[in-house]
Amino acid sequence: MPTAIEFFKFLPKKNCGKCGFPTCLAFAMQLANSKAKLADCPYVSDEAKAKLEASSAPPIRLVSIGAGSNKVEIGDETELYRHDKKFFHQTRYAIVISDRAADKEIAAKLRRAADLRFERVGQMLAVDMLGVRNDSGDAARFASVVARVARESALPLVLMSPDAAAVRAEASAANLSRPLIYAADESNWEALAAAAKELRFPLAVRHADLNGLAALVEKVHASGVEDMVLDLCPEGLQQVVERNTIVRKNAVKRTFRGLGYPIITNACGNGQAVLMAMVSTMKYGGIVLMDDLDPAHALPLFTLRQNIYTDPQVPLQVKAGLYPINNPGESSPVLFTTNFSLTYFTVAADIEKSRMPAWLLVVDAEGLSVMTAYSAGKLTAESVAEAMRSSGALEKSRREMLIIPGMLARMSGKLQELVGVKIIVGPRESSGISKMLRSL
Amino acid sequence: MVDVPIPKEKWSGKIGTVALGASAEVGGATGMPFLSYEGLGRRQLLAGEIIDDPSLLTELAVRKFGDAVKDPVEWAKRWASDLGADLVCLKLRSTNPEGMDASPEDAARTVVDVIKAVSVPVIVYGCGQEEKDAKTMEAVSNACAGERIILGQAEETAYKTISAAAMANRHALIAFSNLDINLAKQMNILLADFGVKLDNVLMDPLMACLGMGLEYSYSVNERIRIAALMGDRMLQAPMLCDVTSSWEAREATEENALWGEAGERGAWWEATTGLAALVSGAEILIVRSPEAMGILREAIDGLRGGQ
Repeated sequence: MPTAIEFFKFLPKKNCGKCGFPTCLAFAMQLANSKAKLADCPYVSDEAKAKLEASSAPPIRLVSIGAGSNKVEIGDETELYRHDKKFFHQTRYAIVISDRAADKEIAAKLRRAADLRFERVGQMLAVDMLGVRNDSGDAARFASVVARVARESALPLVLMSPDAAAVRAEASAANLSRPLIYAADESNWEALAAAAKELRFPLAVRHADLNGLAALVEKVHASGVEDMVLDLCPEGLQQVVERNTIVRKNAVKRTFRGLGYPIITNACGNGQAVLMAMVSTMKYGGIVLMDDLDPAHALPLFTLRQNIYTDPQVPLQVKAGLYPINNPGESSPVLFTTNFSLTYFTVAADIEKSRMPAWLLVVDAEGLSVMTAYSAGKLTAESVAEAMRSSGALEKSRREMLIIPGMLARMSGKLQELVGVKIIVGPRESSGISKMLRSL
Repeated sequence: MVDVPIPKEKWSGKIGTVALGASAEVGGATGMPFLSYEGLGRRQLLAGEIIDDPSLLTELAVRKFGDAVKDPVEWAKRWASDLGADLVCLKLRSTNPEGMDASPEDAARTVVDVIKAVSVPVIVYGCGQEEKDAKTMEAVSNACAGERIILGQAEETAYKTISAAAMANRHALIAFSNLDINLAKQMNILLADFGVKLDNVLMDPLMACLGMGLEYSYSVNERIRIAALMGDRMLQAPMLCDVTSSWEAREATEENALWGEAGERGAWWEATTGLAALVSGAEILIVRSPEAMGILREAIDGLRGGQ
């Protein structure tokens, strides 16, 4: 990204205000922060625009596949480590169907893909894409399987065929919405690139050697294809880490710009497919192709992705409300904590471990931990009292008792006044909850 | 011909090494995890967990051991001989004053028996109750003088007794901190000031498990690794991560027809936590289930490219 001064050089310095900012310098500063668009200035020459846009292009191209609400977007990443800012476009998982599979098998895979959906802390975790692989070598068979998959599922598609004629036939027959073509290599790139350009479909480009891949990408780009996805052909986990890191780091550090595209990893037929998907998820993967996915593997894989792609600045939150733990009844006590997921998980696990029935009241503190929320004024006696009322805690528990986090001892007087039940100051550390519950 | 540069970082520091017995050693990497062009270091190691009071264990995790869970020595042999664990990790939960309240001497005898039964290095933890652990670990260390064992754990509020014992008996020591790079560093400074040599220290930054804050640990680990490679001596101790808490996550083992077989899912839950720990910089993992250990061994083989 150019600096504000670099932008400023190309501006008219008229301070006309047509861009919406009072001065050209103010506009330049907004441009450098990606908060304004160069097109908003009517005076910048096309030549300057082209120059600036080239140097402000994202290090990794954003590529979208599919359409509508199921559209997936990958790429446009700027970081090597999530703690530096965040990872933006999460890794996508595709289940691949062979066009040689029997109809029953295809139906089973479609059902499997549709069933792999889990709701977790307010987000839906699911399979994102379907691939159809032209194993039959028969264009008509390929076309009929693709048409069926497109009819029965709204997920974006990956057309896996080395044969440009098959891909073209497919596109004209089934009215597909922007599938990914997989994949151009040294032998077929001219025909596939021509098809991709004409159909305006994104194209995967494959080469087992990074230098060879860069050369191929250059050729495909020169032929007019902009939206590419790279297959680095890793054979094992180490190659996933190494090659993905080389490509990502070169792009974001601008040490080499020719491979600034998202990465696709084909784990089909690999005995370590699940591990490959997991490593890709942590290490810069855009799409992972898999033959199949057992739900027992899918849930940990999807959860890993959710964790890694969490914005470090915006903590995951759990829903505020009253949570029953260990089958509590009217005689069970109420404890409260905040809706910061890590705090909630820790407290809930410690109550579970005690094997004592209890009600856990989760108070909305904007996802902050207890002490942080309290210090920031996001967790007050009033907000706790309100949560007690609105959650129905006082009806569900008749114990007339509220256990509060040890670090909030100061809150007890005010809280007692507001809620009218006995306040017990709990332990400062969640690990002490078990002992305290058993001693009540 | 296009030449894609290999963006090798010029790190000024490296991960320290710690001897874990006559022949085993961990650490020594000179780059970020599993980048062979930056320098891999020693192989990452897997420790099999043994608990001398297994009454609170999730059965699914240890079903493969059958009755061996009732006998720490048998359990240790299964890990070391049948399952190829690189180390065993004995947690002396029996010493918990609120539970069986076994004496430090009894617990130390168990440790000695386990050491005699297996040839792999042994990690030993107390029960998690500070005052009792100080007594237990002192007794354990003294009973194992002459053996190279690894003592867990030194914490900010409780490190003097265990450190003194470790120094007297030449044992390695685990420095525990709670999900915070500054605390991790502080812990190592405290130990160094107390006289513990850093080549006897493993650091445990607390691995939060999958779905329960894993991302915090992942980033803390990465930041520790980067700081170590940038030359911060007080963060160069090899990292140890205990991933057994994965079995406490509800989604790991809850029966649900749409979630696949619970045992398989639980093993993968633990293995996924372990994989994230490895990729973010862990050198030793403490693992509960044999299935998870199998997956993780395969993962280490793959991540090291057979080296």
